[in-house]
Amino acid sequence: MRDTLVRSAGKILHRLAIELALPLGLFGLLLAVSANSTNFYFPPLARVLDRFDALWLGPRFATDVLPSLGRLIAGYTIACLTGIAIGVPLGMFRPLRRAAEPVLEFFRAIPPPALIPVLVMLAGFGDTMKVAVIVTGAIWPILLNTVEGVKGADMVLDETCRTYQIKGMSRLWNFVLPSASPQVVVGMRVGLSIGIILMVISEMFAATTGLGAAIIVFQRSFEIPEMWSGVLMLGLFGFALSVVFRLFERRALKWYYGMRDLERRS
Amino acid sequence: MAINEVAVVSVSHLNKVYLSRERRVEAIGDLTFDVAAGDFTCIVGPSGAGKTTLLKCLSGLLAPTSGAILVNGHAVVGPPAEMAVVFQEYGRSLFPWKTVRENIELPLREKKIAKAERARLVDEALAAVALTGAADSYPWQLSGGMQQRVAIARAVAYQPKVMVLDEPFAAVDAQTRADLEDLMLRLWTELDLTVIFVTHDIDEAVYLGQRVLVLSSSPTRILDDVPIDIAGPRSQATTRVEPGFAELRTRVYRGIQQAKASQSIKG
Repeated sequence: MRDTLVRSAGKILHRLAIELALPLGLFGLLLAVSANSTNFYFPPLARVLDRFDALWLGPRFATDVLPSLGRLIAGYTIACLTGIAIGVPLGMFRPLRRAAEPVLEFFRAIPPPALIPVLVMLAGFGDTMKVAVIVTGAIWPILLNTVEGVKGADMVLDETCRTYQIKGMSRLWNFVLPSASPQVVVGMRVGLSIGIILMVISEMFAATTGLGAAIIVFQRSFEIPEMWSGVLMLGLFGFALSVVFRLFERRALKWYYGMRDLERRS
Repeated sequence: MAINEVAVVSVSHLNKVYLSRERRVEAIGDLTFDVAAGDFTCIVGPSGAGKTTLLKCLSGLLAPTSGAILVNGHAVVGPPAEMAVVFQEYGRSLFPWKTVRENIELPLREKKIAKAERARLVDEALAAVALTGAADSYPWQLSGGMQQRVAIARAVAYQPKVMVLDEPFAAVDAQTRADLEDLMLRLWTELDLTVIFVTHDIDEAVYLGQRVLVLSSSPTRILDDVPIDIAGPRSQATTRVEPGFAELRTRVYRGIQQAKASQSIKG
């Protein structure tokens, strides 16, 4: 027991060392190369870090990072729920899918930033507009992957449900949703990165708070180290979210990864 | 009619025609048979004999073109609640996101059986197939033979009036297959089951059944209805070498050869 614990701890450390080597190396290289930079647009990394420390680990975290995160969470949650809620019936019923497909393809083809002017007219410059922009972009991969996942449910398992009288909501919970879940999660992962992009774009377009707005303001007032520190913050923001998502994924699809790992090993 | 009173499954003049734009395929010609309560009936036929079609009609997954099927006295219009089906593809008929216990328990929950009773039924079914230790494993962590035992345990726990198995051991190795056959026989004797067992394996049919129905090739009819009068409990070591076994096996084998011959003449 203790042995396996020590061994797995060692394994994690080993993996961590491999994964951290390149980022730390690049960071060190950049720090050294930029140290004597006199280029106005590419200030020394040390100065950017100094600004980062003062701004983002200071008051800006509450005034910019948190509002951004709030908008993203709101928009992303709505996109997930509606994407799945619409995707499930479309995946289950072919006539419905046929009827909806052309409309879906059309709306999917519109780049979401193009909708910002429209949404500004409809919802103003407030948070509603930004959340709506995030939803209009993030919903598509979730919806389309849900349709595919539901459509791809196993025939034999379906017949098993039928012979054991598993129907209605129970069929949905015990069969349709779990069997579609690996594909739904793929859609959710893509949806999250689209959501982050749209969060930034909508904030750059029209906002006084948020990461996107801050970066634009710094750029316009030629506060270049501050601007770079905002970009750095945004990178860390996205990275943190993808780590959280990966944890969620490993937990929610424990059975799926277990099964897949076993198949790969054999 | 005395025979109908105890018939758990009653098939009369079953006919199934597949219609597509280009052609009309008569899969099942005319099938009539009864399965009495407590019987172990094996159905054999050459490949393409419409065994799967018959099974899908029996289990209410497919509507017959004409004729009637009664299960426990009720006409089959959809999957009958009194029937449990064990599919050949064990790997695809168990829910991979549920543990063995949850797989067996789910149909019982649909039957609105109380929690304590469900736990008892699941434990008993797992003990009956000797898988008590695997209750909390996922199906994909088990071997093929064990997975099929889980599917059988699920059917047993469901307490059906009739259990239908569709070539359940076709995808496992020979040794496992022999073990599973004996498991089926033991369950049948101990739990008083009514079993319809579809197979393409003549030896298996004669070894397991109290009766073997030999099907013709499509459009399917019944070629022969063979009572298997081998006395006493069966054993892999001795039953298969008994003279009676060989005779019955030959009779069924000839029937199937005849079915194939008539098919190749037509084809």
